[in-house]
Amino acid sequence: MDLYEYQARDVFEAHGVPVLAGAVATTPEQARAAAELIGPKSGGVTVVKAQVKTGGRGKAGGVKVAKTAEEAEQLAGQILGMDIKGHTVNTVMIAQGAQIAEEYYFSVLLDRANRTYLAMCSKEGGMEIEELAVSRPEALARVAVDPNVGIDEAKAAEIVAEAGFDAETGAKIVPVLQRLWDVYAGEDATLVEVNPLVKTVDGDIVALDGKVTLDENADFRQPGHAALEDAAAADPLEAAAKEKGLNYVKLDGNVGIIGNGAGLVMSTLDVVAYAGEAVGSKPANFLDIGGGASAEVMANGLHIILGDEQVKSVFVNVFGGITACDAVANGIVGALQAIGDDATKPLVVRLDGNNVEEGRRILAEFNHPLVTIEETMDGAAAKAASLAAAPAAPAN
Amino acid sequence: MAIFLNADSKVIVQGMTGSEGMKHTTRMLASGTKIVGGVNPRKAGTSVDFPGDVSVPVFGTVAEAIKETGADVSVVFVPPAFAKAAVVEAIDAGMPLLVVITEGIAVKDSAEFYNYSLGKATRIIGPNCPGLISPGKSNAGIIPANISGPGRVGLVSKSGTLTYQMMYELRDFGFSSAVGIGGDPIIGTTHIDCLEAFENDPETDAIVMIGEIGGDAEERAAAYIKDHVTKPVVGYVAGFTAPEGKTMGHAGAIVSGSAGTAQAKKEALEAAGVKVGKTPSEAAGLMRQIMIDLDQAPI
Repeated sequence: MDLYEYQARDVFEAHGVPVLAGAVATTPEQARAAAELIGPKSGGVTVVKAQVKTGGRGKAGGVKVAKTAEEAEQLAGQILGMDIKGHTVNTVMIAQGAQIAEEYYFSVLLDRANRTYLAMCSKEGGMEIEELAVSRPEALARVAVDPNVGIDEAKAAEIVAEAGFDAETGAKIVPVLQRLWDVYAGEDATLVEVNPLVKTVDGDIVALDGKVTLDENADFRQPGHAALEDAAAADPLEAAAKEKGLNYVKLDGNVGIIGNGAGLVMSTLDVVAYAGEAVGSKPANFLDIGGGASAEVMANGLHIILGDEQVKSVFVNVFGGITACDAVANGIVGALQAIGDDATKPLVVRLDGNNVEEGRRILAEFNHPLVTIEETMDGAAAKAASLAAAPAAPAN
Repeated sequence: MAIFLNADSKVIVQGMTGSEGMKHTTRMLASGTKIVGGVNPRKAGTSVDFPGDVSVPVFGTVAEAIKETGADVSVVFVPPAFAKAAVVEAIDAGMPLLVVITEGIAVKDSAEFYNYSLGKATRIIGPNCPGLISPGKSNAGIIPANISGPGRVGLVSKSGTLTYQMMYELRDFGFSSAVGIGGDPIIGTTHIDCLEAFENDPETDAIVMIGEIGGDAEERAAAYIKDHVTKPVVGYVAGFTAPEGKTMGHAGAIVSGSAGTAQAKKEALEAAGVKVGKTPSEAAGLMRQIMIDLDQAPI
């Protein structure tokens, strides 16, 4: 889960990372009130910053300096509702102004290739780090961090030395990096990025903008993280699926997909996309119902998918590994009986593996007018893609 | 031979007395695995009865289980919150092979126990994996033993169900070993480790490698194949149509920017001489032809 900048700021503050005062606003009036409160800390100047989970908001006009509270209100009015790379701005942060002397970069993240953590640091902050890594790789220090040791004082000193800071500035940054490690380890983050990390004209080191990604697998020991989730911004179908404990991602097409196992479902999306090329059909979603496809789980999954107006046909692709196909078939029958007349879209079912004959027999006997049984994954994908592309036929 | 796991492997189960542990220990025993013990400090000294008049002793610690039974493989079904402690205990006891089935372990825990294992005696497979099977010999994990029998194809995959699907497609040829390495961002055994083991295994003639979006493990495997693997390799990569920035089920399956796409992985594999199927069936067909060309008739 990615945090908004203002959430990252709050988390930083809680772990003792130096940050500037900031408050969120969802209306221009709130922005004015926040600016009246925060502005006096910096000679009346505040910065109005769009809160979106994407980069490049400055270039898009989502960050503006306000000299007065009136101006903050006016700018918030312009920025709220703005579309930045497909993200609508619903919230702005009113931040204290800063007199910046220099801009730096720091991040710590999971390094999958080396199966460790990686700290990156540069004296040249502010710009997109991907650009810096390509244009001037020598300006970006990369230092491996042992997960069992972390960024202690010695490691922080190594990082700032590697990035080429002078001794005085380096000594001021070292404790900030240790606090940022506390954020990374203490919050079960997989990314903590500060860009820019600034030195003010007074010589203070401040984290001006932060990006934090949290590991949802650690929610069991991070009770505070649930409140950071932005339920309002989630797709309503994704939210409904999450509530049922289903692993669902909404996509753009017209063929609903249900399968068991993440790899098999990803593969199913591909096979449907290939089959759909000729007829203009595409997968509408990713939905993994997991190993045990009970009638209840199958019904929940079908409900979600049939609730997607874009879906014109549904492809159920199950390999009976641990679960037997007869149990899966009974799940489908139970689901269709539970859904009753609300089931209006054709279902193509492919079962293979454990007890497949019995599974197919159960479905054949059920003989539901909307259900087609196919023997292979490729054949079923072609059938589902063509059914989705066909003009709607009157229900029989 | 086979890789990592053979008929002589002595297997213990950490978390055997839990519901998943009981279910899969029963299945592993039924497929001929030598299960020599379970570990649960609260039930040490007792034993658990399984179908077929098998009684499996429960030990208080992994070290005790090794001392009493000579166990050289442990399968871990311990819940996510306690998995790291269980893995560290097994590493400290010097367990040679550790198969971590548990799904949903925090990546911080995996990063810590993987790095802790470096320089020690333990190979970790997983976490979040179905384990591995050497059909007809031993089965350590949750891969159904009845999908395919023994043969001369080696299989390595991030995904459990695609492992099953590919074993099913090629069940007429059979497998030396099939290893599900897991879909998490940090895993103990990689595609490359398995490719190396299959290359050195005299009972393996050809290798199927199944990858998926996210990370660059497939690209690095491609570079390894080019330099080190002489046996024919067939590849399949899932997730060509996955959108950027969305996690597709597996925590590790996420495309960020242009990195980690299925297309990039496919191209890297093909550049290394790997035949890549567009679908699991097409990949199976490519392998079938390779086995026929190697004069291996279907079983």
